[in-house]
Amino acid sequence: MSPNLRIAFRFLTAKKRAMLMSLACTILGVGLFIVTQATTSGFQEFFIATMLGTDGAMRIEDRLQDTMRSMEAAGGSEFQILQRDGVKYIEGVEEPSLIMNALRDFSGVTGVSQVLRGNAQLTSALKTEDAQVFGINLDDHLMVSDLEHHVVVGSLAKFRESPSGALVGRVIADRLQLAVNDWFVVHARGQSRRFRVAAIYETGVRDIDKTRVYLDLSQARSLLRRPTGATFVQISLADPTRAPAVARHMQEILRHSVKPWQEREKAWLTVFRALSISSGITVTVFTLIASLAMFNTLAMVVLEKTKDIAILRSMGYERRDITRIFLWQAAIVLLIGAVLGALFGALVTYGVSRVPLPINTIFKTETFIVSWNVWHYAQAITTAVVMVMIASIIPARRAARLEPGDIVRGTAQ
Amino acid sequence: MSLPMPSLQGEFALRCSNLHRYLGQGEGRVHVLRGVSFEARRGQVYAIVGPSGCGKSTLLYLLGLLDRPDGGELAINGQLMSNDDDAARTAARCEHIGFVFQFHFLMLEFSALENVMMPMRKRGVLSAAAMADRAHALLDSVGLGAKTHRLGTQLSGGEQQRVAIARALANEPAILLADEPTGNLDVRNSGMVFDLLTRLAKENGQAVVLVTHNPEIAQRCDVTRPMRDGLFV
Repeated sequence: MSPNLRIAFRFLTAKKRAMLMSLACTILGVGLFIVTQATTSGFQEFFIATMLGTDGAMRIEDRLQDTMRSMEAAGGSEFQILQRDGVKYIEGVEEPSLIMNALRDFSGVTGVSQVLRGNAQLTSALKTEDAQVFGINLDDHLMVSDLEHHVVVGSLAKFRESPSGALVGRVIADRLQLAVNDWFVVHARGQSRRFRVAAIYETGVRDIDKTRVYLDLSQARSLLRRPTGATFVQISLADPTRAPAVARHMQEILRHSVKPWQEREKAWLTVFRALSISSGITVTVFTLIASLAMFNTLAMVVLEKTKDIAILRSMGYERRDITRIFLWQAAIVLLIGAVLGALFGALVTYGVSRVPLPINTIFKTETFIVSWNVWHYAQAITTAVVMVMIASIIPARRAARLEPGDIVRGTAQ
Repeated sequence: MSLPMPSLQGEFALRCSNLHRYLGQGEGRVHVLRGVSFEARRGQVYAIVGPSGCGKSTLLYLLGLLDRPDGGELAINGQLMSNDDDAARTAARCEHIGFVFQFHFLMLEFSALENVMMPMRKRGVLSAAAMADRAHALLDSVGLGAKTHRLGTQLSGGEQQRVAIARALANEPAILLADEPTGNLDVRNSGMVFDLLTRLAKENGQAVVLVTHNPEIAQRCDVTRPMRDGLFV
């Protein structure tokens, strides 16, 4: 053990109460940082996972058509009709098979699924509800969604086997009092057809669960009188964070509007971002308190240890030794505070994750959602290290600047 | 006046000439030392005496490189130190100078043994075992061999001062500086501390410079230098 570390350790243990207070503040700072990050990120990550599992990373919806910037009259006239520069959107995907084949060539694309969507009414033995029919090829759609995991009653096998099978959202199934194997009628575009509930799914996104009914694509085409084309093509990516860049690239090549999930869910993501900033401010205050506690403790120690500083300087300890002695004290408190703070943070995070909190609107959960991410721990510890060490440098340097002659003479300021 | 510098092993452990020192600022600025010259031979004990405020302690701190002179020259073991930077002065303190202060100035959270080992740890010349052996030997020589593991707070005033002497001798310095080493002790302890200081210094050939108000102590020194108004008289 170096002489400076040895002295630092002894100084620390000599000021037990003040150092324990600093340690407690550091533990709280690190721990609460972790808990706040875990809870804020937990909901955000869960929302993103839910949303990627239902609507995919990207959607190709409309074909783009360039507009003329201006139309000039013939015959040398200077007459012009000016138009806004931009593009025109032609609704839907006219050649979904071609687009899907092209999409499969893009790197990072893990699945593509064409979807035909249309408004409809569902009638059960008891009542009628408005709904949206989603025509899908099940195997394709399973590659771009978590539909398989969302099934709560029934099975996808029945849907696959029977052309009249339907996957019904839990909320609408409850409203129509439908159970698996029950028959119901779908009215759309002047037609009425009977379908049988193959499975009931629940995404946790209320807007989806109360309106969406999945049918086999060919059945949906027939029902909605759309023998060709698709409303959109849903795409999944190996790395969903790259969706905006991939979308831009696809849009340029395919000349179709491509919407990444970040744009599609902008409103909610903005809310989560605001929450992150708010929690960031809160956790910064926590660590600021920890650093102020350390500053206060070290400043007190410097005041109380001026004679010891004079002794050390008189026996040949350099200014940098004195600085190090005080920084070591901060470092020891930080080390213990970081370890205990991380444990405290993990314990509280676990406790919070057991708190009942039923949510069934933008996602479904029964308890508080937390994120277990090692980066939260790294961030918390790094923030505490930076702030506490900055706060410790001031008293440490003040200690090093003390003139031993002044201290012995009793005139040290 | 420039100092003729003897060799490292020369007769004088410490020499200074024409030292000036001002303390305070503005209207309160006082010319404490007014051109003091002094030299200390190895194996000799010097007493600096004089009334309070005459500049004795200020001179001692300058000689011990704890303070900087405003003018004049100072050489330790033949090396001119008055204009050296803080690092060189600190290194010189570690190697050549031992201090004994009036109010013991032990580090109270440490045991007697650890206090004595502290200068050796900084110097880093000896192994841990050799440092401990030397510290034990020094504490034995000041009569505290049985109390090596007692904390500073568990020692009496006289015992603390004896530990301070052992600590001052830890790195075998050429110069031992003591500021009122007996000023806070009763008569019996004063005599014991002074005897120790002088005996150990003589044995090791160290120059001892002590500031004292005690005339009996001063009389027992080899050389007594009275000061008045910032000058030797």
